[in-house]
Amino acid sequence: MIGNDRVEVRKTHKLFVGGAFPRSESGRTYEATNSQGEFLANVAKASRKDARDAVLAARTGFNSWSKATAYNRGQVLYRIAEVMEGRKDQFISDIQDAEAVSAKKATHQTDQAIDRVLWYAGWADKYAQVLGNTNPVSGPFFNFSIPEPTGVVAAVAPADSSLLGLISVIAPIITSGNSVIVIASTASPIPAITLSECLATSDVIAGNINILTGDPAEIMPSLASHGDVNALDLTGITDPELQKALQIEAAGTVKRVRSAPVNPDWQATPSLSRLRAFTEVKTVWHPLGM
Amino acid sequence: MSSLDSQSPNMRSASSHKGLHALLAGLSGVDQVGAEARAAALGTRSIKKESKVWAIDTAISMVDLTTLEGADTVGKVTAMCSKALHPDPTNPSTPSVAAVCVYGDLVPAAREVVGDRIHVAAVATAFPSGRASLGVKLLDTREAVAAGADEIDMVIDRGAFLAGNFGKVFEEIVAIKEACGDAHLKVILETGELKTLDNVRKASWLAMKAGADFIKTSTGKVAPAATLPVTLVMLEAVRDYYTQTNVRIGVKAAGGIKTSKDAIKYLVVVNETVGDAWLTPDLFRFGASTLLNDLLQQRQKMLSGHYSGPDYVTID
Repeated sequence: MIGNDRVEVRKTHKLFVGGAFPRSESGRTYEATNSQGEFLANVAKASRKDARDAVLAARTGFNSWSKATAYNRGQVLYRIAEVMEGRKDQFISDIQDAEAVSAKKATHQTDQAIDRVLWYAGWADKYAQVLGNTNPVSGPFFNFSIPEPTGVVAAVAPADSSLLGLISVIAPIITSGNSVIVIASTASPIPAITLSECLATSDVIAGNINILTGDPAEIMPSLASHGDVNALDLTGITDPELQKALQIEAAGTVKRVRSAPVNPDWQATPSLSRLRAFTEVKTVWHPLGM
Repeated sequence: MSSLDSQSPNMRSASSHKGLHALLAGLSGVDQVGAEARAAALGTRSIKKESKVWAIDTAISMVDLTTLEGADTVGKVTAMCSKALHPDPTNPSTPSVAAVCVYGDLVPAAREVVGDRIHVAAVATAFPSGRASLGVKLLDTREAVAAGADEIDMVIDRGAFLAGNFGKVFEEIVAIKEACGDAHLKVILETGELKTLDNVRKASWLAMKAGADFIKTSTGKVAPAATLPVTLVMLEAVRDYYTQTNVRIGVKAAGGIKTSKDAIKYLVVVNETVGDAWLTPDLFRFGASTLLNDLLQQRQKMLSGHYSGPDYVTID
């Protein structure tokens, strides 16, 4: 890359919060390296205050995103896939650097990640028909159960699947109308940063998806106890002690918690379990003959 | 500057208020850039945890919990008054706010709930525009006082002020002060409509000379409402007035203050401008509706150690 006497522009990546790219409030960064330990870029190291700001942004984002129609949410997800398609080459090279895999494997992961967004885009206006129900009741009422988004979800992306795993965590959370604060893979954050650049140029509502880079063990405890976070997705937490501590913290404000899956297979077609995990069921009794 | 002021369009008033015109014309101009820089610098003070706990409780006790909507009902005022008495029902150590602030016709409803535990303030004098005859304004004031208001928030006639008719504004304040009887008088300058900090300084002096117990930034109906530089200029006027007369006038910053962080900045400006004698609900107030919820969330955060959220405070 470094040709002749040109000096390459070295990057210091930033966080993605509220649709903007702020530096960490703490001013800290860390070095992202490839699997051989070679320097790739400087990456912002988010602090607890950054997480707090992200919660505010996510709450604002939730207030408009959860009111968007299911059809519109599907369109926005589709638009994310469109923008990702245009950045495919960058994703492939990012994944190759981050995970030390062949171009073929990196391409396959990128294709799958984009297809996964499309898969959830399709579900946006259909999942309620599958997870919801009309219930037979012994009285003159219609009785419906309807899934609704839980609210603000704090998630940890898996450490090993830097793009497909990340997308597989984000997409089901936002499909139903939630907002998400996701902590990208600490070791391989660059694909997540490229994704945030895609999100900023698609139609995602500001604050709906917030991507932090840094150490989940530092950031997650304050999110787990935060009164304005409604659910946790601990997918990327591999340390059982930390997972337990976060679950205990979350209990103080009665959050939904989805624990880390055992040996997840990101390549497999997902079920609706991730979508269902961050919804609340509302049951409505409607009098007949009115 | 002074030549313009002395050429009042109302010559009769100008001649009968020569002293007032001379006083206002003699005030030095405000360095706007300097005032903004000073306010911004004070806003960057780092407040440590114990001070923050104190500041939040002080700020809560200085709030005039306000509802001034056309859609106000007795039910809404009743609920707001309960909240004013016990802002955080989950924690009885939370202080009550200083007062509730309502339209005159809702004073009885407010008084019924709060009794004599906290003050009831009523806006009067054709709030928020102030466009009515003096007779109407006086009646508005007397009715609110008779209904049990112990604080009256009046608006000045900005039209008359901007036209240079200071005598008219002065006389109105004097008349309303008389109509207030024992009730405290807060004079709303509506700084958003006065446009310049020079005018804010003049209006502050005018109101204090006319007998205001408090000078208040804004109605909350005009943007910009309270800002830090405007409040700084008003506090400086209060400080200078105190040096001359030994009388302490209160200041109320109203409108647009929404977060605890903002409120603490105001407390810093108060402390640094007029001193800690003013850090009491008797001399400094916040006119606010949404600020209280943020103060309560920050208070919960201080005591519990984790961030609170809007789910843990009441919706007004």
